[in-house]
Amino acid sequence: MATTLDTHAPPAVGEWHLPDRGTMGVIFLIVTESALFTIFVVAYVVYIGRSLGGPYPKDVLDLPILASICLLSSSVTIVLAEHALKHKKVGLFKIWWLATILLGLEFLVSTGLEWRKLIYEDHLTISTNLFGTTFYSLVGLHASHVIVGLIFLSLVMVVSLFGFPIQTQERRVKFLSWYWHFVDAVWIVVFTVVYVIGR
Amino acid sequence: MASIDYPLEHPAVKEEEFSFSNHLYEWVSTVDHKRLGLMYIVTALLFLVIAGLMATVIRLQLAFPNGHVVDPDTYNRLFTMHGTTMVFLVGMPFVAGLSNYLVPLMIGARDMAFPRMNAFGFWIFLFGGFLLYFSYIGGGGLSGAGSAPDVGWFAYAPLTSRAFSRGASTDYWILGILVAGIGSIASAINVIVTTLSMRCPGMTLARMPMFVWVMLIDSWLIIIALPPLSAAQIMLLIDRFLGGNFFNTQNGGSAVLWQHFFWIFGHPEVYILIFPAFAILSEVIPIFSRKPIFGRPAMVGAVAAIGFISLGVWAHHMFAVGMTSWSNTFFTASTMIVGIPTGIKIFNWTATMYGGKIRLLTPMLFCCAFLFQFLIAGLTGIMLATGPFDWQLHDSYFVVGHFHFTLVAGLVFALFAGMYYWFPKVSGRMYNEKLGKWHFWLFLIGVELTFVPMHFLGFLGMPRRIYTYEAGRGWDFWNLVATSGLIFQIPATALFVWNLLISSIKGERSGDDPWDAWTLEWSIPSPPPEYNFETIPEVRSSRPLWDLKNPNDPDWRFE
Repeated sequence: MATTLDTHAPPAVGEWHLPDRGTMGVIFLIVTESALFTIFVVAYVVYIGRSLGGPYPKDVLDLPILASICLLSSSVTIVLAEHALKHKKVGLFKIWWLATILLGLEFLVSTGLEWRKLIYEDHLTISTNLFGTTFYSLVGLHASHVIVGLIFLSLVMVVSLFGFPIQTQERRVKFLSWYWHFVDAVWIVVFTVVYVIGR
Repeated sequence: MASIDYPLEHPAVKEEEFSFSNHLYEWVSTVDHKRLGLMYIVTALLFLVIAGLMATVIRLQLAFPNGHVVDPDTYNRLFTMHGTTMVFLVGMPFVAGLSNYLVPLMIGARDMAFPRMNAFGFWIFLFGGFLLYFSYIGGGGLSGAGSAPDVGWFAYAPLTSRAFSRGASTDYWILGILVAGIGSIASAINVIVTTLSMRCPGMTLARMPMFVWVMLIDSWLIIIALPPLSAAQIMLLIDRFLGGNFFNTQNGGSAVLWQHFFWIFGHPEVYILIFPAFAILSEVIPIFSRKPIFGRPAMVGAVAAIGFISLGVWAHHMFAVGMTSWSNTFFTASTMIVGIPTGIKIFNWTATMYGGKIRLLTPMLFCCAFLFQFLIAGLTGIMLATGPFDWQLHDSYFVVGHFHFTLVAGLVFALFAGMYYWFPKVSGRMYNEKLGKWHFWLFLIGVELTFVPMHFLGFLGMPRRIYTYEAGRGWDFWNLVATSGLIFQIPATALFVWNLLISSIKGERSGDDPWDAWTLEWSIPSPPPEYNFETIPEVRSSRPLWDLKNPNDPDWRFE
């Protein structure tokens, strides 16, 4: 109570732990990226079946099974790479990291081949109809994120091949891995919306 | 905790010779949150003056029927650039500038979480602004059609399609805002992470100053609500450059979808803009009433509630496009609901003043005026939230009056309050109180004269965005009154700028804590040293400075 003069010293501030700022930064980057993707997904869903002319999704789209398996397994290999780095096995880390990059590249090449087929054989471009507009935008937005991810993954690969002590950067490698998981998670949504619901 | 022995007698770094290029280099290369904050605010003030002059020309054009000050095309460009500038190049940098300058100081941190990203955010925002204004030169494009953007600040489809918007003016609008938006998102992520990860020992979320709380939720709204605009703008770019069909009604696209996407951003955006006002009032009113803020948890809860509910009210901007009655009902209801937390805030500020020892200095005067005017703005907002009422007054001057009352009579008043309140901290000198009071009264009269008649004009049927009108429709008198408000607003703003300039050179030394305040930024010297806190403070209550000043009656005993 205020009337009884308390001469006690102020209480000590106990243990003080706050979340790591890099971790929080990556989390909120992913939040804001999700908001961006949400709008593109909404646009895709709104325009399903609204194209005034062909080609239509059911005629030209094939399930990209192999590409999807590759991209999703790259999420596993990157975890294995992280795990290797945690145990200071840099050689093993490089192998799994390279596997991640190659799987990501495979996905990108498959997308490229799919687009090539769509453009040259099915004559579907971004301006053909609503399906083309929304398809290339959504899949392209995702692919551009895969490209950005691959650039950063390759950067880590290159510097570690040139002898940079990558085991000192466990935290940053973790952030990259989270971003990569996010790109994979987005693909699950895109796959569901474009190739399952939209077909 | 208070570093009374600053400045150090033997600075570790030898002071370099003062020269203009050194000085410029320091400012351009800085990553200091205080300098970046100031740069944001100065940029915002410059754009405020530019967009204010545009508004002056608009009002002069409308002062008399059949006005001939500008031609219709120029008029369209003027209101587009006025709105776009005020929202994206004045409001947003004020959010970023205030939170940059104050959040680290209030939570006892030495800088933001990501200082270099902070600098990146500022510069990309600034060049986004330049890009928008470069349209006056480059907007003609190869076809030579168009100059500055003239599609209105919400750029409805299909007006923005290639067929109706030739030249590059709309592209400048898209790219300038897209680029500036990246800066806003960078700054918002920085504020969130700083708040969550950089607080000094003892500064729990429950003890965090209200200002920081509001800015935290404001930044949350930015990172959720800004990407939809970016996404919609990317789609518009695809439509314009690659022949996409997103908003192309000729090929099945939907012009209404643009409206949805824009307002999914646009309505949270107006809360993003008004939140700094809430933040400033929550600091200034308690200090000038000598009472801790009334109902702190309710205040935080109300802000958080707004931060979520405001994401679900966007289509009240679209009652007139013909949505289903279910949609109309839903968005009427959700808009009414968002009025409740806003009402809680007004009640709590009033309750903070009730029974307090009120000091009616300039910052407090602006806050009092804010309470009255923002209440009126809120009430006209509730009126417009009602579907049938909106059908009558949609796109009329009533709407123009409503949002200028929230943003000018509301936000701008609060910003003035904040700038007077923290001016001694930033400059180390006191502003001129007499000039401040003149500024307040002139600006108050000017704002009432300009914006109250707009409501009447709306009832009398005057649509917004018309470049002129014929005599004898009953609009002549109120338009003249609205324009006459400029006679007060312009000198008031000039007084403000003059006051800041003259006081930062010749003002009385203010000392570290001129207001006898309670938050951490007043515990350090004015202006704050580059490292902010000599020793990182420890906090035991929501009023750490009160605890220091009153060791016999500290707050931590009751919290």
